[in-house]
Amino acid sequence: MTKLVLMEGIEKHFPGVHALKNVSFDLEAGEVHALMGENGAGKSTLMKILSGVYTKDAGSVHAFDAEVAFDSPRAAQDAGIGIIHQELSLMNDLTAAQNIFIGREPRGAFGTLDEAQLNANAAELFTQLNIDISPTDQIQGMSVAKQQMIEIAKALSYRSRVLIMDEPTAALTNTEICELFGMIQKLKSEGVGIVYISHRMDEIKEISDRITVMRDGEYVDTVAAADTPIKQIITMMVGRELTDSKVHIPDRSAAETALEVKGLTRGRMVRDVSFSVKKGEILGFAGLMGAGRTEVARAIFGADIPEAGDIIVHGKPVRIHGTRDAVRAGIGYLSEDRKHHGLALGMDLRANIGLASMDQVTDVIGRINESKLSKIAQEYIEKLGIRTPSDHQEVRLLSGGNQQKVVIAKWLLRDCDILIFDEPTRGIDVGAKAEIYRLMNQLADEGKAIIVISSELPEVLRLSHRIAVMCEGRLTGILPGGVEQEAVMALATQRKTTEKVT
Amino acid sequence: MSKGMLKPGGGAMQKALAFGSLLALVLIFSFLSENFRTISNMINILQATSVIGVLAVSATIIIITGGIDLSVGTAMTFTAVTAGMLLTWLGLPIPLGVMGAILIGALTGLASGFFITKMRIPPFIATLGMMLVLKGLSLIFTGTKPIYFNDSPGFTDIASGSIIESVVPAFPLPNGVIILFAVAALIAWILNRTALGRYTYAIGSNEEATRLSGVNVDAWKMGIYALAGAVTGVAGILIASRLNSAQPALGQGYELEAIAAVVIGGTSLAGGRGTILGTIIGALIMSVLTNGLRILSVAPEWQIVATGFIIIGAVYADMLRKKT
Repeated sequence: MTKLVLMEGIEKHFPGVHALKNVSFDLEAGEVHALMGENGAGKSTLMKILSGVYTKDAGSVHAFDAEVAFDSPRAAQDAGIGIIHQELSLMNDLTAAQNIFIGREPRGAFGTLDEAQLNANAAELFTQLNIDISPTDQIQGMSVAKQQMIEIAKALSYRSRVLIMDEPTAALTNTEICELFGMIQKLKSEGVGIVYISHRMDEIKEISDRITVMRDGEYVDTVAAADTPIKQIITMMVGRELTDSKVHIPDRSAAETALEVKGLTRGRMVRDVSFSVKKGEILGFAGLMGAGRTEVARAIFGADIPEAGDIIVHGKPVRIHGTRDAVRAGIGYLSEDRKHHGLALGMDLRANIGLASMDQVTDVIGRINESKLSKIAQEYIEKLGIRTPSDHQEVRLLSGGNQQKVVIAKWLLRDCDILIFDEPTRGIDVGAKAEIYRLMNQLADEGKAIIVISSELPEVLRLSHRIAVMCEGRLTGILPGGVEQEAVMALATQRKTTEKVT
Repeated sequence: MSKGMLKPGGGAMQKALAFGSLLALVLIFSFLSENFRTISNMINILQATSVIGVLAVSATIIIITGGIDLSVGTAMTFTAVTAGMLLTWLGLPIPLGVMGAILIGALTGLASGFFITKMRIPPFIATLGMMLVLKGLSLIFTGTKPIYFNDSPGFTDIASGSIIESVVPAFPLPNGVIILFAVAALIAWILNRTALGRYTYAIGSNEEATRLSGVNVDAWKMGIYALAGAVTGVAGILIASRLNSAQPALGQGYELEAIAAVVIGGTSLAGGRGTILGTIIGALIMSVLTNGLRILSVAPEWQIVATGFIIIGAVYADMLRKKT
């Protein structure tokens, strides 16, 4: 096979960080080469150098048998290296075709844009790739999967021979992932080399030919995907062995019910949902993307007001008309989007922990008792094992796992004994995940009632004492913990009209 | 032109709403006062819209990029002063004076663009600075005294004369109004049919994505600010022509009226969305309101209050529409 890309001895410094240390990487035609590592390992940085977003400090990059040094994304694209960024990079207010050909629109007379030609080119591209999107559709309002398809079409429209995909499946449903993989197979057979960055082990095993692992900005090893067990890959990533413990289900039959939900209904996403959680229990919510799990959580928490249904906390019915009522009832919600909904990133750890409980640390006229707040913060830093130089550290400087712990501390301080975790480990690396899991178990043992929503089925299976499964806004069943993945999937795809799901 | 003006940016609903409000205002005032519903008053309204309308077109361009231009008011004055210096002091012929003023307008825009892209100063701050710099320069160059255009006969005709009157005597539509519509049509065309326009929307929609697509965002942005500056220059000519003088102390406050017209017209301050047609409707709504209330003998203080509520109401209506 011919090498499409050969990177050797790549070095990259950012202010205060040695991001890449003597890293090597190569890509052959027609292969999928997975790039793995924890967050901050340097995967994205390496690929941004290959695709011209960053320039390297030292080392050499060969592409298509010539030494190259791209100074802009455009230069890399023109040379045939396309990248699909982790965060979708589309312009929402433009159409599909306008997005794909941005920067190289077909021109008519006097420098005007030839919109007809633009749409024709996009239509041709979509036909080639077998994508069902109209060129004049606006991005706004499209599903994430469709946006992803447009990103891919955009990258391929440069006749890319190298395609870099950074976490392409993060927001896709299983069906959509199948479609994406179908497209990847097609590209492979046409000789396109694909760099595939993902955190999902099962995916990596399924799609990739070789796997390169990075850790702390350094190259660890490259192995063949087919004959390397997942466990070994994880060990390479974290530099130590992680024990993947089976879920331990304690007997909570005698415990009292902490939260009971009856007939909760809101629009199409929450239809007649009823369930209960006992003190000390972890109830997992499984389902495909868009099944309505987050919507249930938001309705319970009062972020969206339900149309019907009863919420009973510790045996007493509560009326929840806003998040204030929920918090007063002792319900805490840890949003899937920590950075936007959970934390004041620019403020320090201490301020974030106290944010929901200011009355505990202020006097009559609203003066903040900083030393008291600091003492409280210290307690939680210790209790939850938050790794930070001090309680004065800005939260944005903490790692994802530690940020999550700060959010947990915030709700614990507020005396919440019903905690709803929405995607608690999204964007958190493997090592820190285990720690968050341990923490959640510890909280349950202390008598908190915990609801976990997660798109990662292994996570739900590993944590939950019972598993509630949703499909299209309905609760299709509640399973005991420790069941097989297949049983959950069967319920997750149980559509009302008994259509056959493949 | 209609379809071209409507795309991209969608928001047909928002424009229908704005247009509906304009129509409703006109009907209500027409019903309340027979002095309002005369052709000469309609022409008054249009004439009163011409300067602020052109200025609002300039502001629209910048706001679509997700930026803001606080300097349009004093930049307008600065270009008017430029025209005064070129025509009255240097005695240049009118076309040269006009072109000079527009060129200087473009340069002020370019300067703002430079501060914003190359020095990474947020648009709000960069144009706030430019607003004061240009105000000060206007006062310095003129010695704080107005420059009159008495030596340039025909200069007042640019805004106040009427080519149409010579053809249709019953309908003396001033040239200023025609210039407003011509500028609006030209800018709408640029926004919808040229690369510069496409990148204006793209930058406002997602600047980083545009950059990653290989578009030289900094260069285009400077171009966009220069274009908006040139439009501001046209407004400078119009106001100088209407007043037959360049008033160096004038201008501050115009930027807020311009931004208000843009917002009422449905352009999002978040960027990426907005149309020139909407802005023109927005400017007309403000003029109709002022004119109508004055004819009904409402005190000018209350006119200001009404305008304030209209702005809040317009944006609230937009929020309601987005929610559903």
